[in-house]
Amino acid sequence: MEALIAIFVGWLTACGVYLMLRSRTFPVVLGLTLISYAANLFLFATGRLTTGQPPVIAKEAAGYADPLPQALVLTAIVIGFAMTAFVIVLALKARGDLGNDHVDGEEP
Amino acid sequence: MSALQAWAIAPVLLPLVAGIVLLLTRSLGLAWQRVLGLGSVLALLVPVGVLLGAVGEGTIAVHALGNWPPPFGIVLVADRLAAWMLAINVLVALFALLYAVQGSDAQGRHFHVLFQLQLFGLNGAFLTGDLFNLFVFFEILLLASFGLLLHGGGKRITRAGLHFVVINLTGSALFLVAVGTLYGVLGTLNMADLAVRAGEAPAGELSLVRTAGLLLFVVFALKAALLPLHLWLPAAYANTTAAVAALFAIMTKVGAYGILRMESLVFGGSEGPLAALYQPWLLPLALLTLAAGAVGVLASRGLRRQGAYLVLVSVGTVLVAFGLGSRDGVAAGLYYLPHSVFASAAFFLLADIVARARGPVGDRIQAGPALPRAALLGWLFFLAALLIAGMPPFAGYLGKFLVLQAAVEHAWMGPVLAVMLVGVLLTVAALARSGSQVFHAAGEGGGMAPEAERPGAGRLLPALALMGLCLLLTVAAGPAHEFSLAAADQLADRGDYIQAVLGHGGGR
Repeated sequence: MEALIAIFVGWLTACGVYLMLRSRTFPVVLGLTLISYAANLFLFATGRLTTGQPPVIAKEAAGYADPLPQALVLTAIVIGFAMTAFVIVLALKARGDLGNDHVDGEEP
Repeated sequence: MSALQAWAIAPVLLPLVAGIVLLLTRSLGLAWQRVLGLGSVLALLVPVGVLLGAVGEGTIAVHALGNWPPPFGIVLVADRLAAWMLAINVLVALFALLYAVQGSDAQGRHFHVLFQLQLFGLNGAFLTGDLFNLFVFFEILLLASFGLLLHGGGKRITRAGLHFVVINLTGSALFLVAVGTLYGVLGTLNMADLAVRAGEAPAGELSLVRTAGLLLFVVFALKAALLPLHLWLPAAYANTTAAVAALFAIMTKVGAYGILRMESLVFGGSEGPLAALYQPWLLPLALLTLAAGAVGVLASRGLRRQGAYLVLVSVGTVLVAFGLGSRDGVAAGLYYLPHSVFASAAFFLLADIVARARGPVGDRIQAGPALPRAALLGWLFFLAALLIAGMPPFAGYLGKFLVLQAAVEHAWMGPVLAVMLVGVLLTVAALARSGSQVFHAAGEGGGMAPEAERPGAGRLLPALALMGLCLLLTVAAGPAHEFSLAAADQLADRGDYIQAVLGHGGGR
């Protein structure tokens, strides 16, 4: 499972970086979103991958699922969501103000 | 809970509450917003003053949120460094806001709300003792800064804003990855606890800790506009409104603060595999930033862009001082930091005043129409140029001299001396050219521009006050430098900080 998660995080990051380097604002926004997904997934996995474990330490439990990364990732998702919304609005504003959707505001 | 602990959270709560109240009472009009906004910033002076007095005696004020004992809960920690940064922040915010209420706050909606939330984020970033909490405060100050940057609008700022936003969000993702790695390896996010556990980390995990630490360095370098991550800064600072640019003079210093905090606390100590992790990178990059900034100052064609590059020069100088790694170097940087913030902020305000007085020519560095109140503006510009370039006898000169003095024993003495002195030369040459073009050659082609705005006291006073603060730093150089030395001592001996946080409420 670790390998699968690692591959997914890497794949998301690679796609995100590729899209970030595009010259149109919409792919850049998508790239940012993918990179933030990758970061969230990575953050989620830092508490180690466990299945069927209680989140709170109990005497009879064999182990526990670390609840802290889940709290962190929740915060990060909420913040990332707000940021993405902001970038989309800004990209639309740039499209309106500058008349095109190139990241530099003018066609090369 | 002692009284001091309550004071430690006041600089965070006050702007947050003020921001929320401002948002809810927007219908009461701009005059009310101005009064409440200014009142909140003035009120901030009280807790910051109390904290500054308390930490001056060596106390470290720790506020455990919700009374959760560290390292489990989030803590706010006010040590000398944090209180110093808070004081600089509140002072520059006060005068930036006083300038903004002259009219630029009416150009868009929600200026005052965003301004308070920006202060909330900045104060929180300086005070927090928890790495993830630092991320959250960074996001708060970023989102508020996006709004402030775009305030007042304009096509050029939209374009610069897009670059600013995208690069900062990429930085945020890197920050999350770094925080996650540190948590995954060391199992804590409390910065004092991180310092302890990083020292105990098994050899096999060291490379992971080092990677995470350097990722954090990239994030802070991005905020500090360290070369090669500085390209977002000039366009963003040159095209936003003057009051916002003046407030943003402190924003790059948040990155410098982050670098200093991590370097001295988590990667501090004199020995061990993680000690001085940032050292090999910080000094060369800071020198390059300084050099690039100085060339930019020389190449700028507008006063505001020149101000933006001057910010780059000042952050380069501060980071050179921190990069020297010695107690004297850090102290010199901390002494120079407030001067550079106030001087850059004053320069942005003056550039705006001059641009308004010249009508259509604006802030372009070329001969233009005659200026109203030309002599006064000319002398003010001359003084601001002396302050920001670091000419004797002012605090900028003293700060740079202290940095050079700290560099004398260092292996990199040659490059540091060369870059800093040539940087000063280029800055002085560029500012002299700007002054002679804008003021000496003014009015050759006739009288004043019809749109010229006569600079009133309301606009001049905030700029004057910021320059007055620089002069105060010159006059009170002794106590200010003593405080910086004490702060550098406290950073060098991280045991106090760790003891204050982890010993709080029983510890672990």
